[in-house]
Amino acid sequence: MTKTWVTPGGVHPPENKHQSVTMPIGHLPIPEKLLVQLSQHIGAPAKPCVTIGQMVLKGQKIAEAVGAVSVPMHAPTSGTINAIEDRPIAHSSGMSGPCIEITTDGKDLWIDHESLADYENASPKALLQIISEAGIAGMGGAGFPSAIKLNPGDRRPINTLIINATECEPYITADDSAIRERSAEIVEGIHILSRILGNPGKILIGIEDNKPEAIEALRPHVADTGISVVSFPTKYPSGGEKQLIYILTGQELPSATLPADAGMVCVNIGTTYAVKRAVVNGEPLISRVTTVTGDACGVNRNYETLIGTPVRHLLEHNEFNRDACSRLIMGGPMMGFSLSSADVPIVKTTNCILVPSYAEIPDDEPSQPCIRCGLCAEACPASLLPQQLFWYAQANDHDRLEAHNLFDCIECGACSYVCPSNIPLVQHYRHSKGDIVKARQEKVVSDHARSRFEFRKQRMELAEQEKEAKRIARREASEKAKASAGKKTAPLDASSGNAAPASSSAADIIAAAQARAVSKQVSPEQQQAKFERSIAGAEMRVQMAAEKVAEVDDSQTEEQKNTLNAALEGAKQKLGQAQTRLAEHLEQHKELNEEQVK
Amino acid sequence: MIETIAQQPMLAALIAMVGLGLLFGALLGYAAEKFKVQGDPIVEQIDALLPQTQCGQCGHPGCRPYAESIGKGGEINKCPPGGQATINAIASLLDVPAPELDAEHGEEADVKTVAYIREDECIGCTKCIQACPVDAILGAAKLMHTVIMSECTGCDLCVEPCPVDCIDMLPVEDGIKQWHWPAPEKVADLIATDRTTQEASL
Repeated sequence: MTKTWVTPGGVHPPENKHQSVTMPIGHLPIPEKLLVQLSQHIGAPAKPCVTIGQMVLKGQKIAEAVGAVSVPMHAPTSGTINAIEDRPIAHSSGMSGPCIEITTDGKDLWIDHESLADYENASPKALLQIISEAGIAGMGGAGFPSAIKLNPGDRRPINTLIINATECEPYITADDSAIRERSAEIVEGIHILSRILGNPGKILIGIEDNKPEAIEALRPHVADTGISVVSFPTKYPSGGEKQLIYILTGQELPSATLPADAGMVCVNIGTTYAVKRAVVNGEPLISRVTTVTGDACGVNRNYETLIGTPVRHLLEHNEFNRDACSRLIMGGPMMGFSLSSADVPIVKTTNCILVPSYAEIPDDEPSQPCIRCGLCAEACPASLLPQQLFWYAQANDHDRLEAHNLFDCIECGACSYVCPSNIPLVQHYRHSKGDIVKARQEKVVSDHARSRFEFRKQRMELAEQEKEAKRIARREASEKAKASAGKKTAPLDASSGNAAPASSSAADIIAAAQARAVSKQVSPEQQQAKFERSIAGAEMRVQMAAEKVAEVDDSQTEEQKNTLNAALEGAKQKLGQAQTRLAEHLEQHKELNEEQVK
Repeated sequence: MIETIAQQPMLAALIAMVGLGLLFGALLGYAAEKFKVQGDPIVEQIDALLPQTQCGQCGHPGCRPYAESIGKGGEINKCPPGGQATINAIASLLDVPAPELDAEHGEEADVKTVAYIREDECIGCTKCIQACPVDAILGAAKLMHTVIMSECTGCDLCVEPCPVDCIDMLPVEDGIKQWHWPAPEKVADLIATDRTTQEASL
């Protein structure tokens, strides 16, 4: 028996897991249409690489990863691309997002795919490449691209691999049933992960003790492999990454650090199965186990569901009773979100579709004032102060919210669950988190605007200064011209004491102006080159004009001939002019040189 | 010398005190020069709170001049783009009661807008380019202009100078990336003393 640690807080809501594990994992008929959402993971949405009307085969890549943090999408079955457009997607906002719709052909034809049974000898880099290409994103919660998580870099050696089989949220049994039926493949997936991470010393499978069948199913496969199955008392939320790490290792991760910083990687058990299928069978992630449960469905069961299956399809095949359903939830009752439409597709992170009756999850009761009972603080698994956070959230006091570590809240909902006043605490925190993130983004934008504004101001001042300088220069030049004109008409008496400073300052101005004029002048060599160039150009034009005159035949009118002749004459004149200019220049230059020599 | 001082404790104390006074005075004087604060730190802080739209609705040519006027004791409720949130933030920074937004300078907009040039109609007069406080408009004389949307602060200043009225202020629609959870509905206070309405105070 491995030692486990006990996390603070936590709650024990009714588990309601038994309904959906009475039958093995089922398969549904292929729906007529599949809707593959392009953003099913954390990071940039994938970019479609198919066109409307194109035939695709099962497992064919239909959208490519964009940038480093992204995953590609694959066709879940064979069919035709019907549309690439915005549709309502699986998102808590209920908004639309880019999707690819496939009209299925029912043949379910696979594209050619290669298996790699010999993963023991494959390099970790090659394995990571396969995982990345297979479009695998964490299937437990947020959907972080697995290839990135499994590649923490050389600076952070991994000594512990934790497999998260906790599945602590009520109703959900997707992982439980997958372990019961596919434990051999899951353990194979763990071996692959272990190979990628450089065989970490400790491999732990964390599982709650309410899944004895799953634990028993795993045991024979992990014997003598160095993998230990660790079961611990059931409590919600034990499946949070930081919580599970504490339960299994006793190590608390500081705020804003990743498990990799502490030499650990935590992977959902559903992901290990996907990794095995990708590496050993060469199949990309195109389906997952999803629980369909709740009293509003006649049948509660787990299904191997194609990614992109509309929720409606799942409900229709499970004796869904619309009138009995209080709400349609994707995910579990604690952390899931309500869907506004049943046309939303199943995505890579959808572990459960919950359709509770009014008796199971009644409508929200109006919240009442906080009575300072402190139950929320006792329930908080992150040891925060939910009451204080609640006040500050109501007051929009971002500084104090951050000082009270709002961002360590895992939004598990335990505080809202225990609140006797029905205060939607976790909703307040989510809202405040969003507000703070938005304020931070706005701050970046406004800082940028400030720097641009200041740059513009500086630029305009500079332009103004330049203008002013030019104006002064012009004034000086005109004064100088006036002064020189004055000199000619009335020469200044150099001997007179009063005039001396004036004349010297005038002389200064003249000298400065001459210096400017000289600096503006091009050197004689450059001028000579310029004249030579113009001669060459003129010669060419003469030649061309002469050619044209020579080409003249009888078909052309007299007028045309005359113009051509005139053009030739003109060109000859220009050449002559250029030649004289060069000759003059050379003459001048010679004189200048002689003067200098003298 | 030492003997004289030892015999006259009064004088000794006096010299010691004056000496210390001079020493620390010199130290303070040096520190005041060495660690002199450039500019007005409060203006920096106020400027950091302003939305930096540079729209001039407050009557000052930009956010920084407005911050400077507040620093000199001016009103803090002249910024419509920042709205009540900015007023509250400045009020809490300066530790003064937060006034309501002065309607004379405009109303707080519900949605962020950006300028959009109808490019077919643009005659290339560059008047909007000169008006833009953040250089967010691209173009040259007699060539079509366009607004760099990510740089536009939505200040409105380019709309007025346009001789052909081809600039629209369009609202920026929040996409799924900008979305965040809305605030839970606020329920009526059930406890009488929590209420601030007339009814409760009766």
